[in-house]
Amino acid sequence: MLSRTAANLFWMGRHLERAETAARLLDVGARITLLPNTAEGYRNEWGSLLRASGAQAAFAEGYGDEITQENIESWLFFDRGNPSSVASCIERAREGGRIVRTALTSQVWDALNMAYQDLRALERRPRGHLDTAMLTDFTTRHGSTVRGAINATQLRNDGWHFLNLGYLLERADATARLLDVKYYVLLPRVEFVGSGLDNYQWQVILRALSAHRAFHWAYGGEVTASKVADFLILNGESPRSLLTSLYEAVWHLDGLVRRYGDEVPASASARAHETLDQLVRRDIEAIFDEGLHEFLSWFINEVASISNGVHDDYLSGRM
Amino acid sequence: MTTYYNEMVDGGRVREPYAMLSDWIETMPAEIRQMKQAEAEALFRRIGITFAVYGEGGDPDRLIPFDMMPRVFLQGEWRRLERGIKQRARALNAFLRDVYGRGEIVRAGRIPARLVYRNAAYEKAVVGFVPPRGVFSHIVGIDIVRTGRDEFYVLEDNCRTPSGVSYMLENREIMMRMFPALFRNNRIEPVDQYPELLRRTLASVAPAKCEDAPTIVILTPGHYNSAYYEHSFLANLMGVELVEGSDLFVDGGFVYMRTTQGPKRVDVIYRRIDDQFLDPLCFRRDSMLGVPGLMDVWRSGGVSIASAPGAGVADDKAVYTFVPEMIRFYLGEEPLLRNVQTWTLWKDDDYRYVMANLKDLVVKEVHGSGGYGMLIGPRATRAEIESFAGRIKADPGNYIAQPVLALSTSPTFVEEGVAPRHVDLRPFCLCGDRIELVPGGLTRVALREGSLVVNSSQGGGVKDTWVLSE
Repeated sequence: MLSRTAANLFWMGRHLERAETAARLLDVGARITLLPNTAEGYRNEWGSLLRASGAQAAFAEGYGDEITQENIESWLFFDRGNPSSVASCIERAREGGRIVRTALTSQVWDALNMAYQDLRALERRPRGHLDTAMLTDFTTRHGSTVRGAINATQLRNDGWHFLNLGYLLERADATARLLDVKYYVLLPRVEFVGSGLDNYQWQVILRALSAHRAFHWAYGGEVTASKVADFLILNGESPRSLLTSLYEAVWHLDGLVRRYGDEVPASASARAHETLDQLVRRDIEAIFDEGLHEFLSWFINEVASISNGVHDDYLSGRM
Repeated sequence: MTTYYNEMVDGGRVREPYAMLSDWIETMPAEIRQMKQAEAEALFRRIGITFAVYGEGGDPDRLIPFDMMPRVFLQGEWRRLERGIKQRARALNAFLRDVYGRGEIVRAGRIPARLVYRNAAYEKAVVGFVPPRGVFSHIVGIDIVRTGRDEFYVLEDNCRTPSGVSYMLENREIMMRMFPALFRNNRIEPVDQYPELLRRTLASVAPAKCEDAPTIVILTPGHYNSAYYEHSFLANLMGVELVEGSDLFVDGGFVYMRTTQGPKRVDVIYRRIDDQFLDPLCFRRDSMLGVPGLMDVWRSGGVSIASAPGAGVADDKAVYTFVPEMIRFYLGEEPLLRNVQTWTLWKDDDYRYVMANLKDLVVKEVHGSGGYGMLIGPRATRAEIESFAGRIKADPGNYIAQPVLALSTSPTFVEEGVAPRHVDLRPFCLCGDRIELVPGGLTRVALREGSLVVNSSQGGGVKDTWVLSE
C-alpha cells in the first residue's frame, strides 16, 4: 500500500473519532448551561472542557468569555476555525476519504460522503431551527454509520489496520486528556467528598465519555473517585478506557507486523507493547500514589510516541 | 437557414435505431421522468462523480448534467466509424515515431517543418527515442461530429490525456440500474470491458527491463484536479495504485513508489499530468507534481510513460489539417473519416478569406481547448468580431478557421418534453500491441436550445452512447 494512502486512512480514523469527541463535549457543554451559575460554578466546568480540547485561547478569541449555548454550538459544531469542530473533522475525514477512494469500499465512501452532504444541508438551515440534541444525534448517527460500514465491508488488510489505529490512538489520547484536565476532581480530597459539586463533576466526566450508564452497569452503587478513575483507565470492558484503547491498538499493530514480516521496521509495535505491559502492571491505588497527573502525562506522551512510530515505520515513505 | 441532421427522424419517419426508444419516451409520464431524473442526479452525487471547472469558483462538487435519452448507433454505422478511428490512431502514432526519428514526412515536403519542429508541444528531449512497440499515444480520443446520414467529421484529435471515459462507463451503469428493461429488450453492446482493455494495453508496452508482470500506476496531479474522480475511478477498476508525484522517486535507473513496506518498483506510468510538469529536471523546474529524473529513466528503458512525452505535437489544431496527409503517407490508404475544412491563417490567401468572412466562420486558437478562446461568427456581435479580428491581426499564426458545422441533433429530455439538441462524440481508442476500441464513447450534448457548444464548461451535458448489435 502507498505510504500516502496509509497516512490518509490513519488520519481519516483520527478525524472521525475527533468529531465524536467534539459532539460529546457539546452534549456536556449544553447540559452545563442549563444549570444555575454559582461562584465556583458549574460554568467553570465548561472552561475545563475547553482546556481538555486545548482550545481555551482560540475560543476566547472568537467568542469572548461569554458562554452561551449558541456559542458552544458554533464553536464545537460549525466553526471551521476550530480544527476539532465536528464540521472541520467531517470535512477533513471526507477529503481524506476522497483522496484514497480506491482503498475504501463503496459503502464506506457512501456513508462518509453522505455525512458530508448532510452536514452541508444542515449548515444551510437557519440556526434557530436546530437544537443541541439534533446536532449531537447527527454526529453520533453518522459516526456509527461510517464505522458500521467499515466493520461490515472493509477488507481486513493493512488499510483496515491503519484506519483503526487512527481511531484508537485518537481515542486513547482524548480520554487521557479529559482525565488530565479533571484529575484534581478525582483525587480523594477530604473537603469535597460527598459534596454536590464533587459528585456532579464526576458525572460530567463520565458523560463526556458517554460512560455514565455503562459505569453503573459495571460498578453499581455509589460513585467514588477511585471507581470512576478505575473505570476510565484500567477497566478492560469500558470501550474508551485507556487500557481498552491501547490493547486494541496493539492488536492492530501486531496485525501489521505479521503481515509485513521482518523486512519492515516495527518500532511502533515494540513501544506499544512496552506501554501496555507497564499499564497492566498498575492498579488504581498505585496510580494515585504515583500522582494521577504524572501518570496521565506519561501516558499521553507514550501515545504520541506510538503515533510517531507508526509514522516512521509505515507512513513516511522510506526510500 | 442551416438544416441539421436529426438522428432520430429522417424523412418524417423515426429512424430504426430510435424506433424502440420512441415508445419508451411516449409512454413515460412526466412525473416518472422527473422522478427518474432526480434519481439519476442523486446517484451521481452519491458516487461522487463531479466536475470542477477551473477558475469558475462556486460549487466544487458540480455535476455534469446527465440526459437519460441515450444516443444510438446501428452496428453498420459503428463499424464504419470504428475503422476510421483506428486508421487515424495508427497514422497519428506513425507520425509521432517519424517526427522524433528521421522526419520522413517533413523531408517529403508533406508537412511544413516549422509546424512540427517549432511547435510548442514538440519535445527535443524525446528526439531519437522509440518507446516500447513504437507507441507514443496509447489512448487517443477523437472528437467526431455528424452532419448527415453517412457524413462524419473529425473535429479534433486528443493524443495526450483525453478525459471523459469515466462518464462513458458511469452513464452506462446508471442507465442499466434505472432502466433494466431497456437493456433486456434491446441488444446493446457492452462497454464495461474498457478498464481491462486499458490495463492490458498498458501492460503490453512495459519497458524491456521489466522481467515480471509489470506494475502499473496512474499518476494524478492530485485531488484538486477536475478529473480526479476519473483518475481514482480508473485506478480502482484496473486494480492499480493511484499515485502523486511525491509518491514516486528515481533510484539507480528505475522508478519506485513509496509504500508501507518500503520502495516498490514501477514499470508503467499512465500519467494524467501534462508534459511540462512530468520532470522538474527536464521541463518546468518549479513543478511540484512531477518526479525528478523520470525522463532519464524513461529514455534508458527503465519505465514506460503513457502517453509518451511529446505526443501532443500530433494533436494541435494546425497539425490537424495534415492528418489526412499522414494517413496517405504512412498507411497508403485514403482517410475514412473526413477532416473539417480548415483555413490556416498564416497563409496569405486563407488569411484574406477568413478576415473577409469572420461572421460566417468559427475561429480557434491553435493551442486552445475546452471551448475557450474561440469566435463563433454567426453568434457574435459586431463588436465581438472586431475585437477578435484585432487579436488575429496581432498573431495570425496562432489561429485557424473552420466553417460552422451543422452538428446533428439527438432527442434529449428538456423542460417541455423531448426535443432535438446538438451532440458530438468522443470515442477512446487504445493503442498497444493491438489497437482496440470499445463500442461506444462519450456523447456530449448542448442542452441550450440552438447551442452548438457541447463543452461541459459551457453548459453541456452527457448521454449514454449505445451501439446496437446485429
